[in-house]
Amino acid sequence: MGLARTHAVALVGLTGALVEVEADISGQLPGIILIGLPDAALSEATERVRAAAKNSGCPLTRNKLTINLSPASLPKHGSGFDLAIALACLGADQMVSAASVGRVVHIGELALDGRLRPTPGMLPAVIAASRLGHDTVMVPAGNVEEASLVPGMQVIGVASLRDAAIWHGAKLEPVPVDPILLPVESGPETVEPDLADIIGNEDAILALQIAAAGGHHVFMVGPPGAGKTMLAARLPGLLPDLDAEASLEVSSMRSLSGRSVGRALITRPPLEAPHHTATAAAMVGGGSGQIRPGAAARASHGVLFLDEAPEFASAVLDALRQPLESGVISIHRANAVAHFPARFQLVMAANPCACGQYGAPDQDCTCPPSSRRRYLARISGPLLDRIDIQLKVQRVTATQLRLAADTPRLVSALARERVVAARSAAAARLSGTPWSLNSDVPGPWLRGPHARLDRSTTASLDRALERGGITMRGYDRVLRVAWSIADLEGIPRPGIEQVGQALYLRKGMTS
Amino acid sequence: MARKDELGRQGEECAAVFLAAAGYRVVERNWRCGQGEIDLVAEIGGEVVFVEVKTRSGTRFGHPFEAITVAKLARLRRLAAAWCEQADVRPIRIRVDAIAVIIRPGVEPVIEHLSGVF
Repeated sequence: MGLARTHAVALVGLTGALVEVEADISGQLPGIILIGLPDAALSEATERVRAAAKNSGCPLTRNKLTINLSPASLPKHGSGFDLAIALACLGADQMVSAASVGRVVHIGELALDGRLRPTPGMLPAVIAASRLGHDTVMVPAGNVEEASLVPGMQVIGVASLRDAAIWHGAKLEPVPVDPILLPVESGPETVEPDLADIIGNEDAILALQIAAAGGHHVFMVGPPGAGKTMLAARLPGLLPDLDAEASLEVSSMRSLSGRSVGRALITRPPLEAPHHTATAAAMVGGGSGQIRPGAAARASHGVLFLDEAPEFASAVLDALRQPLESGVISIHRANAVAHFPARFQLVMAANPCACGQYGAPDQDCTCPPSSRRRYLARISGPLLDRIDIQLKVQRVTATQLRLAADTPRLVSALARERVVAARSAAAARLSGTPWSLNSDVPGPWLRGPHARLDRSTTASLDRALERGGITMRGYDRVLRVAWSIADLEGIPRPGIEQVGQALYLRKGMTS
Repeated sequence: MARKDELGRQGEECAAVFLAAAGYRVVERNWRCGQGEIDLVAEIGGEVVFVEVKTRSGTRFGHPFEAITVAKLARLRRLAAAWCEQADVRPIRIRVDAIAVIIRPGVEPVIEHLSGVF
């Protein structure tokens, strides 16, 4: 009897693999058997496909259908295989052209009435299909815009299984239906908050620009109401637009999280601010069965902001150490390893102690010294060591508020221009190396012949190292920040002043 | 007799005629024992065939074959063993078949035959 095959895409993390869907009809009592390591949602596809096919006016064969998903060793999740399964079955029954079905990649979930539902993760799936050498993909009407973002792909949007069958040559009359669309999110491109809203805190504003220019991680300590959250929320606004590859990755991540991507790729860096009760799985990703990206992965190419950082579980914070080093999150399961990008810029904010008032000029701290010491010690040394800029933020005084009314303040657009110029200066200097940002450059290179600074320039830094005020790793981090400051100021290499400023940004907290 | 039983009887009659026309010798109809009933027992070329006949007046609630469940087939298999126990001559080979009959009023019945379904 009949046999037909088509293709679908299985996602593991952000990487997709092509899955061959084969359907065979045998002379047996009616039934559908689905084999090839499907999960629960996918096993239920047989029921959806049977109902959808019947209600679309092209019922499945009355004989037994065996559907195989190959490669069988690859775990397959979710409902995105429905369309491929339905068309393979119809192809095997010669209701549609088996040859036509075999040439197209099908992704989509079926509703019982035969309409197609938009499927999460469409963008990474279509990217995978394109990379694996396919040029035609059939998707639900609600996903057409998202799928069309992939260059060089012919996208066929269909509202129902009936439309899909007609496209593949079924002799049916088209019946117009209301396509199922993704819920429209109210303005995903909301206005980024502007730097001009910040009063006082000139130090912090400068530090933010340095962080944006060099891609440095930032830790801010200050009493409640000092504006730490406000500062952090303005960092994405200082970052340059995402390049083509990064925007594809950020958009894919958004698609994978089940949110609509819209008509255009996302070009602004994302900001993720998980609550301090977040678990390690929520932070780096995980979940039973399907592996979902966590906040750190969603913040890739943008900013991961951890407010009240000492309140996070220490295991959660330390789970970030590996992605901070490698830029990749790998989640291991017995049957698969999922990789997510994690090139985020980490911004942490903390109160100086449990009551929050320690070091504030206007109020007294009520914490005993031991609890004060313990509070910031919750952020582990190894994590803190990876953070280049450590900053003290103070409350705004009434005088600053009055002054602010008269002095012109820096707006984000202007600051971003400076950052873009600094980044291109760094990229030009680092051309021919594998790095493009100051924060990526390893210490030996900075101290090597390409970038070595004069003895006299680094005198203050050398003294700090001698006295044990900073470690060797800290020394390298100060050098990196110094280079970022020089780039931002438009000078070819850091001088005494830039090194001093970088040292202050490193040691500002403990002094 | 209830309408559905009448329909079932008609369907079995159609199936028996169909099998006879196809060269089968119908050995037994509605053979009963303590465990249940076999609709048709037929014989062809030394092979004994136990047939489950399912009759419907339309396909609005699914094709007749869809109503033949795994549990029903398992019972038929047990009944087949019981039939063999009491038979004068032990059959050499046995087979379980299914026949679907769709009897729409005023239309010639449609018969479908699946052999070796269990």
